[in-house]
Amino acid sequence: MNQSLQHLFNSLFGSLRDLLPIVLVIAFFQLFVLEQTPENLIQTIIGLAFVVLGLTFFIFGLEQGLFPIGESMAHAFASKGSAFWLLTFSFSLGFGTTIAEPALIAVAEEASEVAAQAGIIEKAELAMEAYADGLRYTVAFSVGIAITLGVLRILMNWPIHYMIMIGYVMVIVLTGFAPDEIIGIAYDSGGVTTSTITVPLVTALGIGLASSISGRNPMVDGFGLIAFASLLPIVFVLAYGMII
Amino acid sequence: MHVLSDFPALLLATFFDILPIAIIIFGFQFLVIRKRITNLKKVLMGMLYVLIGITFFLLGLEQALFPVGRSMASQLTNPEFLQSVRLSVGELQWTDYYWVYIFAFAVGAGTTIAEPALIAVAMKANEVSGGAIGVFGLRAAVAIGVAIGLALGTYRIVVGVPMHYFIITGYVIVVVQTFFSPKLIVPLAYDSGGVTTSTVTVPLVAALGLGLAETVPGRSPLIDGFGLIAFASLCPIISVMAYAQLSEMKNKRAYKKQLKVDEYYSKLKKRDLDK
Repeated sequence: MNQSLQHLFNSLFGSLRDLLPIVLVIAFFQLFVLEQTPENLIQTIIGLAFVVLGLTFFIFGLEQGLFPIGESMAHAFASKGSAFWLLTFSFSLGFGTTIAEPALIAVAEEASEVAAQAGIIEKAELAMEAYADGLRYTVAFSVGIAITLGVLRILMNWPIHYMIMIGYVMVIVLTGFAPDEIIGIAYDSGGVTTSTITVPLVTALGIGLASSISGRNPMVDGFGLIAFASLLPIVFVLAYGMII
Repeated sequence: MHVLSDFPALLLATFFDILPIAIIIFGFQFLVIRKRITNLKKVLMGMLYVLIGITFFLLGLEQALFPVGRSMASQLTNPEFLQSVRLSVGELQWTDYYWVYIFAFAVGAGTTIAEPALIAVAMKANEVSGGAIGVFGLRAAVAIGVAIGLALGTYRIVVGVPMHYFIITGYVIVVVQTFFSPKLIVPLAYDSGGVTTSTVTVPLVAALGLGLAETVPGRSPLIDGFGLIAFASLCPIISVMAYAQLSEMKNKRAYKKQLKVDEYYSKLKKRDLDK
């Protein structure tokens, strides 16, 4: 009991240290550049205490729950030897975690406004909603494909940098043809897809796979899934912008 | 106390965000793998901790960081403030936005250090590399990348250069670096682009981009407000590879130095023996 308390105390201290830089940045700008004291100082301090507490719980739960389950599933799929189910799982994981992502929902709504303003779609609620939903499904689908492709890479031992370069070339070529309004949103959509829960889970999956298949190095082959998940949505959203 | 009154609603919202993931995991576990999960209780407890952790984290962000961050972003891009700190005379020049660039840089670095997804990846990288990749070293490298990315991104909004020029240049740098970096770091570096921008950075950065696009003449918030996240996810790839290249160079130099020292001592020994 004493030991786990010590552990908790250590991670609490770690979270506090992680948060210090941003607190210093805000304090500096408030006091020396904008020359004001922040409104609701007490509320801000309570909020920061919550952030520290939340970060501590999250890291604690990460080591206990998300990392072990991700790795144990990767081992189980590898020893079962069924590539079909592994790839199905990869796709579901990518699609399922992205479709409900709040950041993506927000970006899709903003994008529909951009499209309406630019006259790509009608400025009616129904048309905008359809556009936003289409975009969301496109991104979720592309993340599903991305994780599947990344897992396939680990299985087949394809070199990651050539695949990423092909992705870059596709982005550059499509940028030349896509409407200007969609480009910013497309580039951003790569960054917003990977949430706080998806990242640890997908990382654990990749590393678990790479360490249970012989001849793979977890460092070289285990990472890279997130990279696909943040590159492929750009390609798909650019294409979506061209088709609509 | 109204701070805590949001807690149940937010807990529920987070629960529904996690639900599809839980369904997928346990669905596959029971229907396909058909094996009992080892330490099921511990895993479930861990997931509960993650749920509570994210809820508290978001609650705190909404109470503390986001309102302050948003109001600061709008104040720093406010024309009155810009007039009071300007360096040039006549029309506002891009240099007059210097506090915006500094703020973007500092906020990028600060939020990235606190980003939970990055902590997770850094922990794994440290474990897998057998300690060769330091948790803090990697996070610092990513943080610098995000900081530079955001500073560049705000500069782009101010001057109005199309963003794909920057992104394509970034891609070229990444490709060149890929061939000169230590092989072990490349996949991790590619990953670090995606992990930087999740819970903390995105909302703050969106506010900054929007505020800036609203105040700079000739920019449309809907079109130019986007793009900062893209910068924040491209630059860390470059900075992580650069970090690996630098530490490799340092190691090589240290190794060469060690060789020279060894040579010197063996010479001394030889001389002693000759005597």
